[in-house]
Amino acid sequence: MIETLFFYLGRPIVQYAIIVGVLIAVCSSLLGVTLVLKRFSYIGDGLSHVAFGAMAIATVVGLSDEMLLILPVTIISAILLLRTGQNTKIKGDAAIAMISVGALAFGYLLMNLFPTSSNVTGDVCSTLFGSTAILTLTTVEVWVCVILSLIVLILFVLFYNKIFAVTFDENFGKAVGTRTGTYNLLIAVIIAVIIVLAMKLVGSLLISALVIFPALSAMRLFKTFKSVTVFSAAFSVICTLVGILTSILITTPVGATIVAVDAIGFLVCWLISLAFRGRKG
Amino acid sequence: MSYIKAVNLSVGYDREVVSENINFTVEPGDYLCIVGENGSGKSTLMKTILNLIKPIGGTITVGDGLRKNEIGYLPQQTMVQRDFPASVTEIVLSGCQARCGLRPFYNREEKELAKENIRRMGIEDLANRCYRELSGGQQQRVLLARALCATKKILLLDEPVSGLDPKVTAEMYELIAKLNKEGVTIIMISHDITAAVQYASHILHVGDTVYFGTKEEYLNSEEGRFFLSGQGKDGGME
Ligand SMILES: Nc1ncnc2c1ncn2[C@@H]1O[C@H](COP(=O)(O)OP(=O)(O)OP(=O)(O)O)[C@@H](O)[C@H]1O
Ligand SMILES: [Mg+2]
Repeated sequence: MIETLFFYLGRPIVQYAIIVGVLIAVCSSLLGVTLVLKRFSYIGDGLSHVAFGAMAIATVVGLSDEMLLILPVTIISAILLLRTGQNTKIKGDAAIAMISVGALAFGYLLMNLFPTSSNVTGDVCSTLFGSTAILTLTTVEVWVCVILSLIVLILFVLFYNKIFAVTFDENFGKAVGTRTGTYNLLIAVIIAVIIVLAMKLVGSLLISALVIFPALSAMRLFKTFKSVTVFSAAFSVICTLVGILTSILITTPVGATIVAVDAIGFLVCWLISLAFRGRKG
Repeated sequence: MSYIKAVNLSVGYDREVVSENINFTVEPGDYLCIVGENGSGKSTLMKTILNLIKPIGGTITVGDGLRKNEIGYLPQQTMVQRDFPASVTEIVLSGCQARCGLRPFYNREEKELAKENIRRMGIEDLANRCYRELSGGQQQRVLLARALCATKKILLLDEPVSGLDPKVTAEMYELIAKLNKEGVTIIMISHDITAAVQYASHILHVGDTVYFGTKEEYLNSEEGRFFLSGQGKDGGME
């Protein structure tokens, strides 16, 4: 078993998958707390469906690099969704539900009407749930992932304190002159980028898991924003690594395996927190 | 020139007026108490002063060297994230946000300021505790320390004692009075007319009739007598 593992680890395709996996894991976990507490998680969900629709269009049109379409479409949707959620009296949730289900339907329809390969069901399945076996990435895709992840990381570190302030108490921020609108926008854009990135790894239906599990696990165990953030990132990286390696060894779909490991990780954190509380009380 | 001057102000949401004909001024060092029944528009007025919502009519001018980002604010509780994982220090430090501008990290001076305000509020021993595990009174102190990090000049407090027991309430009022003596201008919303009369220098009554004046004037005014008798209190009546 160990031998097989090392055999696989020597192959570039596996190395790429691991590099990209780790980067995506870190990025997707960072904004988890903000998403969960600001009730942005439904936006994340909606966006991943929009990304699916965009992906379908890109495939049908035959774009050489699908990112060129998916990224801008998702970012613009993120901004629009944030606006509708804030300004109008129509419930933001309903609007998002409409958009996301619509995007799913149109995406599937397009892929069926204009099949680009003989195996439409397989294509759809892998867009929704991630690739069935090991992640296959071209060098260009790896670079795009690396650069986008680095941008997300740098933005997060630079705006860490602002994101904290806007998440904790938006009105106070606004009252003392913080540009909360701008930072909400920034958060939305970062979420969009993360979703497009994570779609590669786990497919569009499972993205939310990658964002939410690490944050919820960390919030069980830690009490300061910094420690929660750091633990989320670590949790996410470990789970993703274990997930990728497991999927290689026992040939399971990579996305679903990662999410399963995340779920188990959450359970463990939950049990630990219960144990601690029990001892204290 | 005064810190804040409101002329013929009407406040409300989406063009629906909640309260109108509001005139008042706040001078440096004042302690203004805003009183009125539930739903009379006190919080709405405060949000308008803070520029969180636009006035429907009239004007508010901020002046005398007071800049928009030099106002500290203690919201009426509900706004803050209840489950947020954050330590007391992290929250107090976030009050320095306005000073930072675009600078990404807090500098030494700001960290000192946060520490100093934590001490001022008497919550040093809670500095590393988790906010969501504190009692209501402790949480209010944390938020007050945060507001103090945002300003040395003026604090807007929206019912700072709601939900606190009598002893902690009295401590909170003393704390605010102490800050006022140290030169911080205070605008406070309160249902507690006795405390308002005891501590404030000026009173603004919002409701069907709007009244603004010094505490002494208010006690002798019709609104004041009516409101005081309505509350079953006899402070200030002959
Ligand atoms: N976000 C909002 N949108 C529309 N109307 C609102 C909003 N918030 C409050 N109102 C309405 O404005 C009126 C005044 O509310 P406000 O919160 O200013 O009262 P208040 O004087 O602070 O009352 P309390 O003493 O209970 O805090 C109420 O009738 C309320 O229903
Ligand atoms: Mg109120």
